[in-house]
Amino acid sequence: MLLPPALYSRLAGEPGAAEPLPVERNPAAGEAPFRYAPRPVRFPRDHEFFEDMLTQVSETPEKSMVPEFTCQVAGCCQVFAAIEDYQHHYHMMHGNTCSFCNRAFPSGHLLDVHILEWHDSLFQILAQRQDMYQCLVESCPEKFKTSQDRKDHMVRLHLYPADFRFDKPKTNRGPAMPAAADTAARALRDDSDAMEVCLEPAAPPPCRRTYSHRIPSTVCFGQGAARGFKSTKKKNKHH
Amino acid sequence: MWGRRQGRLRTLACGVEELRRRRREREAALRKARREQQLVSKRLLREDAPEETGGQSAAVLLGEAEVQQFLRLAQRGTDEKEREKALVSLRRGLQHPDTQQTFIRLEGSMRTLVGLLTSNRALLQLEAARCLHELSHSEQSAVAEACLPATSYLLTYLSGHSSDFIELCLYTLGNLIVESEAVRKQLLPQGIVPAFAACIQSPHVAVLEALGYALSQLLQAKEAPEKIIPSILDSSLPQQMLRLMGPGPKLNLGVAMEFAWCLHYIICSQVNNAVLLTHGALPTLVLLLVDLAGAVQRTDDVGLELLACPVVRCLSNLLTEVPAEAMGQQMELRDERLVAALFIFLQFFLQKQPALLPEGLWLLNNLTANSPTFCTSLLSLNLIEPLLQLLPLSNVVCMLVLTVLCNVVEKGPAYCQRLWPGPLLSCLLNTLALSDTDVVGQSLELLQLLFLYQPEAAHAFLQQSGLQALEKHQEETQLHDRIHALRQTTAILG
Repeated sequence: MLLPPALYSRLAGEPGAAEPLPVERNPAAGEAPFRYAPRPVRFPRDHEFFEDMLTQVSETPEKSMVPEFTCQVAGCCQVFAAIEDYQHHYHMMHGNTCSFCNRAFPSGHLLDVHILEWHDSLFQILAQRQDMYQCLVESCPEKFKTSQDRKDHMVRLHLYPADFRFDKPKTNRGPAMPAAADTAARALRDDSDAMEVCLEPAAPPPCRRTYSHRIPSTVCFGQGAARGFKSTKKKNKHH
Repeated sequence: MWGRRQGRLRTLACGVEELRRRRREREAALRKARREQQLVSKRLLREDAPEETGGQSAAVLLGEAEVQQFLRLAQRGTDEKEREKALVSLRRGLQHPDTQQTFIRLEGSMRTLVGLLTSNRALLQLEAARCLHELSHSEQSAVAEACLPATSYLLTYLSGHSSDFIELCLYTLGNLIVESEAVRKQLLPQGIVPAFAACIQSPHVAVLEALGYALSQLLQAKEAPEKIIPSILDSSLPQQMLRLMGPGPKLNLGVAMEFAWCLHYIICSQVNNAVLLTHGALPTLVLLLVDLAGAVQRTDDVGLELLACPVVRCLSNLLTEVPAEAMGQQMELRDERLVAALFIFLQFFLQKQPALLPEGLWLLNNLTANSPTFCTSLLSLNLIEPLLQLLPLSNVVCMLVLTVLCNVVEKGPAYCQRLWPGPLLSCLLNTLALSDTDVVGQSLELLQLLFLYQPEAAHAFLQQSGLQALEKHQEETQLHDRIHALRQTTAILG
């Protein structure tokens, strides 16, 4: 198939086209037994006209191995030998972190709900007057009177598991947990609890300082700061 | 990334017509079986380099006791490294189909794996997700359905910031989606469409490619036209997909390819393509095809046809949604660069993947059927002769070329005068010598139109023994009346 050389310069040229030639149809065209008429053709899905195009297994790029280094977030002693592992750790453990209790959440939405329900002293008051328990499915705008109502909704409408691990209702009556009870409650949690960074309130176990502390220059992060209510934090200090 | 079928070109010869018919029947049977068995394609991300396993397959058959042991160690190993190592061993075992069956039959195993997926140790979580990914690659629906407890968490993690992890979750979801209707039925109310609509705004190319893959699996579901595509058309996904397919410095061919296939599945399902037209799908696709045709020259890009193919399909089916009277109103449908681009791709397909030629010609038919502008462009850009060179390739190609030529000729004498004199008549005498009834029939249609608007052609037809060529087919029932009428036409005009 030989194409005219001017075709390539036309492709690179300006949009548009020459004025079309005049159309003059003879009524005899298309008279029986001839039946041709110009007609765009539509092919539905799975039509045999479509050639099959198959996919193959793709490969992931090699990990970037570096000398071992330690996460620099205060109180975190995790050690890494691959930048990708560190990036994943940072985003999962420090990316959506509550500044009050250091719990990490997989999404900003879940963090927002947690902060509102666990650390906003007005929440319980408002919840007595209006539906305040936001559905945990981010795209769902529904709110509910109790956390149990929310759970029922998520199970029935969204087919979420009844034991969804990122939905832990607050069990204390008071708006804020006393410091001593907080420490005791934290000690009772085991590793299988939904995403938390267990920061030891006492002296942390000694980190081996022989590791390099420099963060590789190729590491970069998106959202880094833990989020919370500054004003509420100030109030808590007075308790 | 994408494999492709190698087409074979053969010049037509009467003696092998029977062999060709049998081959077509065999291929049609294979395609039918493929559709009925719903054979699917999946993608697998694996971390193990061949060196790490001494060049041997990493898949290890694990017994029930070993699976239990690894799960126990992963849950309560003495330190995180030991726990992670246990999960790595489990993951390698899960590459073996029998280990997958053992795993899903073990009571509590999926619950434990989900617990690790949502643990407070990021690397355990990542390794647990890789185990799920291996399970998702199974060809057994029972294995996919055993993963049902994990889907809400995979969706939740799409809202995070760890791009490698999001990518892994997306490929896992894509594999589960294509395997099981039960999974799809659960994911829709769990919010997969809004989750994808949020995810498509990621700046990470790997995430976007994975999202395109997962979305295309969702769109290919047999219930997609009724239950999935309407909600996708209601979301912001169509606009975002078109944005990612827009040509320009930011265009990523791998990402555009994934979403071009998604768009193809939406369009050919014919749910509500007017929505796509209002989002500017036609201009985007036209400009993309023009841009890609330029890329054909600049690079010998391997796999470019994998992006051009769905773009051609999208354009061609969308053109059938445009009313005939509106064809001349849209700027992009009066841009002859589109015709130039299409011919560059016809040549490209001929060299790389000849089986795609019919699809390109189908688009050319849809462009020219109701568009004097594009018919004029074929003439002014001297593209009739390259088109005629395609006639000998196959009956399907021949039929489509003849149809495009009919589109041009039926527009009237101004068009026929540009074809005359030329090689058209001698090419038609060759097609009349073929035995395919449809091809000969279309040749007769074209000759009738040509004679009607260019009487000199009828005279030349007689001089070149055209009537003898007609005699060969006059006993054919489907052709008899038209042959008789054409004889009368030539008698009057010749």
